[in-house]
Amino acid sequence: MITAGIDVGSVSTKVVLLMDDEIQYLVRPTGWSPRDAGLNTYKELLAAAGCKDSEVQCKVGTGYGRISLGFIDKAVTEIHCHARGAGYLAGRGGLVIDIGGQDSKAIVINDCGKVLDFAMNDKCAAGTGRFLQVIAAALGVDVSELGELARGRQPLEINSMCTVFAESEVISLLAKGEDKRDIIAGIHRSVARRVWGMASRFAPAGKVIFTGGVAKNRDVRERLALESGSEVIAPELGQLAGALGAALYARELAAKK
Amino acid sequence: MMRPQNMKIFDELRNLNVLTVQNAKREGKKVVGCYCTFTPQELILAAGAYPVTLCGTRQEPVAAAERDLPRNLCPLIKSSYGFAITGKCPYFEAADLLVAETTCDGKKKMYELMGKIKPMHVMKLPHSPKSEEALAAWTKEMHVLKDWLAEKFEVEITEEDIRKAIKLMNREREAMRRLHATTKVKPSPVSGVDLLVSVWTKGFNINKEDGIKLVEDLTAEIEEMAARGLSPFTSETPRILLTGCPVGFGSEKVVRLLEESGASVVAFENCSGYKSLDRLVDENPNKDVMTALAEKYLSIPCSCMSPNEGRLALIHKLAREYQVDAVVDLTWQACHTFNVEAFVIRDYVQNQLNLPYMHLETDYSESDVEQLRVRVQAFLELIQGE
Repeated sequence: MITAGIDVGSVSTKVVLLMDDEIQYLVRPTGWSPRDAGLNTYKELLAAAGCKDSEVQCKVGTGYGRISLGFIDKAVTEIHCHARGAGYLAGRGGLVIDIGGQDSKAIVINDCGKVLDFAMNDKCAAGTGRFLQVIAAALGVDVSELGELARGRQPLEINSMCTVFAESEVISLLAKGEDKRDIIAGIHRSVARRVWGMASRFAPAGKVIFTGGVAKNRDVRERLALESGSEVIAPELGQLAGALGAALYARELAAKK
Repeated sequence: MMRPQNMKIFDELRNLNVLTVQNAKREGKKVVGCYCTFTPQELILAAGAYPVTLCGTRQEPVAAAERDLPRNLCPLIKSSYGFAITGKCPYFEAADLLVAETTCDGKKKMYELMGKIKPMHVMKLPHSPKSEEALAAWTKEMHVLKDWLAEKFEVEITEEDIRKAIKLMNREREAMRRLHATTKVKPSPVSGVDLLVSVWTKGFNINKEDGIKLVEDLTAEIEEMAARGLSPFTSETPRILLTGCPVGFGSEKVVRLLEESGASVVAFENCSGYKSLDRLVDENPNKDVMTALAEKYLSIPCSCMSPNEGRLALIHKLAREYQVDAVVDLTWQACHTFNVEAFVIRDYVQNQLNLPYMHLETDYSESDVEQLRVRVQAFLELIQGE
């Protein structure tokens, strides 16, 4: 059986084809049109996998662009898709912390990937991937370099939670001659603290499963482990958790048909 | 979505209410504007004046209000003040006097500014619902308001006038209770948005007898729809109890989102809904009439009360009577009392009532609708075991 999960996030679009238990995937920038990004990334992956749309038995969409996708069978929220995907990747239940492009979420799941409770950040982008992008730009580095630059450095205190104010704070620290790497470490610690502030009420849920684009940043991972005092598992394909969860839902739906 | 025919009357009532209040003014009638369910409307009626709710549920005047008020203040306070200074609320314009209460800090301080625009009396509301001292102080406040109204309007307010007004207000409360109770039927014959709009519109209708009649007609029609098994929902539709900050037309986005996402909001525990209807004023002729008023109003379980156990009891009662599947707790940004109390409510709902609970914090603007939609949809998926 072949099913597809399409996760149109604010920054990147992730598509997963689930061919029995084999995972094929593709990640592309979302750009300004979530509808086109979803459809084009899906088509591109089909071509790469040598597979036709008619062979895909069910397609589930998720992410903020899910409502603009005309070609899917069903839209499911990213809360449930991320939970399902993260549970599958980690092979267990626990506390899923996902930090994406414009939001962060904490989701408690059981061993079947079923959602028991969840929390999401408020409307501002503080402590999300967008926040890291803005700071990286202010420091003249690429967001993918942040993790390695900050590892093992002494974090500086960053007090502002607001993205705009934090950027000003970073610029002031640079003006004072502080080391860029210590500033980044400080930013990472504030991201970890903020997300843990939201997730800590679910603390007894067990190990932390860290997903979303920001989970690729090793320094944030380590600082989240320090803040939470719990083991942090970051599955290698964590950025795909939403799309994979959607493809898993699609498989269930197809089986019911 | 299926709607009762009488809802059209309520839609038109919004324009009619303005004309009614303007006509009353032309006839030399007195109008008293109020904001909150703590205002003892009985005393205003007994003074021969019309009590009317003032505008404060829409986003439009918020920017104007931020000229004088801090941005980080609850949207209800900013909207109320913005309407007042921009002259966009016809009821505020028509009001001869304003009556308000020291419920929260934000309102209390805003009223100091508003009091410069129109003659205003602010009642000092004590915050302990069960103490004897608080009741005594609040009873005294009833006398102070009565004397202030008598002086301003140059009338004598007799005990008989007050007892008559109490009977009228109790009849209105009973009519409103029956309207709310129509949604106890499963599935509910009326949408939460329609119920909210009708209750909100009624607040601007100054003629109590007409208002009671309109509510009774609407109730009768909804009951009849229920008897015929008509409903915009199905027996599978998740039934929601809404608690937290007040909601009116223009700030109904969370109710709308819930119903657009496939839920039915059946119970409104908030003060724009059922909260102040649960208890009537004691009509016992042997009881001191001012104490009877004070007891009723002091028992309203608003989050400005401390501790506020009455709210837990009311949520419990409504959750059972309205057969709800989940509780949604709405906090307007910077409403500290409801925001802090959410911790207590979550614990109570999840662990004592064993129901799913979600707390949402937002303002009147549309800027976060899509983020809220994700949460609302995910919550409904959770309830339905997606």
